[in-house]
Amino acid sequence: MQNSQNKSSGTTGIFAGLVVTIGRILISFFVPVITFLVLWQVFIFLRDSSAPQIVIVVVAIIWGVAGVALLYVVSNWFVEQLPGPWARRLQPFVYIGPAVVIMGWYLAVPVLRTLVLSFKDEIGVKWVGFDNYIFAFTDRIMLETFRNNLLWMIVGTFFSVGLGLLVAVLADRSRFEAVYKSIIFMPMAISFVGAGVIWKFVYTYKGEGVGIEEIGLLNAMVLALGGQSQPWLSLPPWNNLFLIVIMIWLQTGFALVVISSAIKGIPLELLEAARIDGATEVQAFFSITIPYIKGTLITVTTTIVIFSLKLFDIVRVMTGGNNGTNVIANEFYLQRFTYGNTGRASAIAIVLLIAVIPVIVNNLREFNKERRAF
Amino acid sequence: MAASYKNQKLRSSLVINGTLILICLLWILPTLGVFVTSLRNSQDIFTSGWWTVLPHKENLQTGEFKVDPAVNVDEPMQFEGVTATFEELRQGVTLPDGRMLTWYGNKRTRTIIVTEEQWVGFFSKPLTLDNYVDVLTGKEIRFTDAAGNEIIRKGNNLGSAFLNSIAVAVPSTIIPILIAAFAAFGFSWLNFPGRGLMFTMVVAILVVPLQISLVPILQDYTKLNLNGTFLGIWLAHTGFGLPLATYLLFNYMSTLPRDLLEAAFMDGASNFTIFTKLILPLSIPALASFAIFQFLWVWNDYLIALVFLGDKNRVVTYALASIVGEKGQDWHLLTSGAFVSMLLPLAVFFALQRFFVRGLLAGSVKG
Repeated sequence: MQNSQNKSSGTTGIFAGLVVTIGRILISFFVPVITFLVLWQVFIFLRDSSAPQIVIVVVAIIWGVAGVALLYVVSNWFVEQLPGPWARRLQPFVYIGPAVVIMGWYLAVPVLRTLVLSFKDEIGVKWVGFDNYIFAFTDRIMLETFRNNLLWMIVGTFFSVGLGLLVAVLADRSRFEAVYKSIIFMPMAISFVGAGVIWKFVYTYKGEGVGIEEIGLLNAMVLALGGQSQPWLSLPPWNNLFLIVIMIWLQTGFALVVISSAIKGIPLELLEAARIDGATEVQAFFSITIPYIKGTLITVTTTIVIFSLKLFDIVRVMTGGNNGTNVIANEFYLQRFTYGNTGRASAIAIVLLIAVIPVIVNNLREFNKERRAF
Repeated sequence: MAASYKNQKLRSSLVINGTLILICLLWILPTLGVFVTSLRNSQDIFTSGWWTVLPHKENLQTGEFKVDPAVNVDEPMQFEGVTATFEELRQGVTLPDGRMLTWYGNKRTRTIIVTEEQWVGFFSKPLTLDNYVDVLTGKEIRFTDAAGNEIIRKGNNLGSAFLNSIAVAVPSTIIPILIAAFAAFGFSWLNFPGRGLMFTMVVAILVVPLQISLVPILQDYTKLNLNGTFLGIWLAHTGFGLPLATYLLFNYMSTLPRDLLEAAFMDGASNFTIFTKLILPLSIPALASFAIFQFLWVWNDYLIALVFLGDKNRVVTYALASIVGEKGQDWHLLTSGAFVSMLLPLAVFFALQRFFVRGLLAGSVKG
């Protein structure tokens, strides 16, 4: 019995392997595709129905969520009906297949598709060589966006991390730590659009004239100090800084919370020993606290730098990129949706990707180090 | 010695708390201003700063009189013992007793307003919820353009945008978590060929900027007729949220005790049973943290809603941004609108602060 199986394994082995592979691929696509089709039917119902909005919303939520759950159950049941070895081979793909297919469609494959599009013209038909990249690296507006993004990355990150560190260290010595931290952290809950409105109101400018009172906080303060009110958001290049303030306002809380939890991890004995040796608080801070939380500081800085690289909403809502405040992500949006130039937009997206490649490489390296589990 | 040590400690505590209070004040003032403004009458918003709800001295009108027609307004005039020209009166002339005379309008009005500086207390002008009513309900404006097409422009209707945001955010949170949980289970507990390679892909695309996807995915959506649909945006948020969700849940699930699961397997439980009865309940902390992060991310997202949903099903961020664009100086709508959009995230923030922080920290690397 055993012998005969071994004999035939030469030919049927390849065949069986092929079938298994095809089965795996099919099962990976099975759930997402069926899910998609089922959701599609309800989508048509939702689009065509004239039911009250609240009914549509409830149906949409239930159908969307239950549909996905149901299809996992069904496809799992389907696989479990297969003979034992088949079930064992195919079942993992029931679980990971949908995730891998969706991630592939939405993020992995688009990298290649965008790369291809970046060498084509504005409607993605003719090849144009490196024209779009020449635009991306030489155009006056693109150069302006590079300058501004650099400003965001340097100034914004420096103050976010710096203020976060300052508050973390100070709050560590205060009884009201939790209160301070939640106040500084609160803006993280707010959308960038909401934050934009909040700060637009701070910067608002009414101009001069009899009986006109400035209603913006900044202009009122400047007037109270004897200065002149200004249209802050239309004063290049300073308006960039006023926009960066918004990002600092949003991101300091993030830096604060991460750094604060790292500071809590410093062994008390270390600090005590330093103090007994006669180190001042400042010396202890630089020789113990900073080296101890260095890794955290690097992580926080990287995260905020990436954030400021991709920054879009704030500029879009506050100035639309006018008056010298344009940034890369906004120029991407303009190229794609205002000027309808997919080639240039794709090239800009690739520029953004290139900028984060060091982080991707680092993530992969870290992952490979811990990969012994695999 | 002990006293001076105590003194020093007190002083440093004062400095620390003083600095922190100052920073916190700076942090909270902009939001406070918007909140107070959203409750003020639109007329008041336009004529005075929101801080005037605090007690302050204000020029209040105490009287008004007409200038005698016989007086020549082109020459210096005398009122209440003070001589002044029209230009000076136009700017306002202070009387010895502190009252101020101001000429109202142009020369022909011949009206002078008497004002006096007086203290006014908290909320001297009544607060109102009208702005919220205005911004939440929206009338449809219909008109016919030159070509004869009927154009319907929706009002602000943030109430409907709020419902749309819920319709977008709830499935966009649950669907990726569900799919990611299955995948994380597969990656951490099952053995299959290509496992390492596929998970490497997940790690690699963790920080890919989503601008990369917008152009090609939009092409697909145009072909599939998915633009502007809930399904389209759920899938988009699922696609962009999955790498992080899978990565975080994998990290969590792979630390679950192995013998527990092996025991369950020995008892003849199927993979599916192990997953639903054992792994999912054990992973609730990780699931909750990610759920909160993803929910807030979707709720606050503007870019994806702008690109894939647009005007067809307006979500709150989109609706708020279009008020900024169309009615940038209508602060009564902007401030109340901003607060409507912040309502849910702030509630989550204050109610679930611990989970919120954990979820946000875990999710902060998202592309």
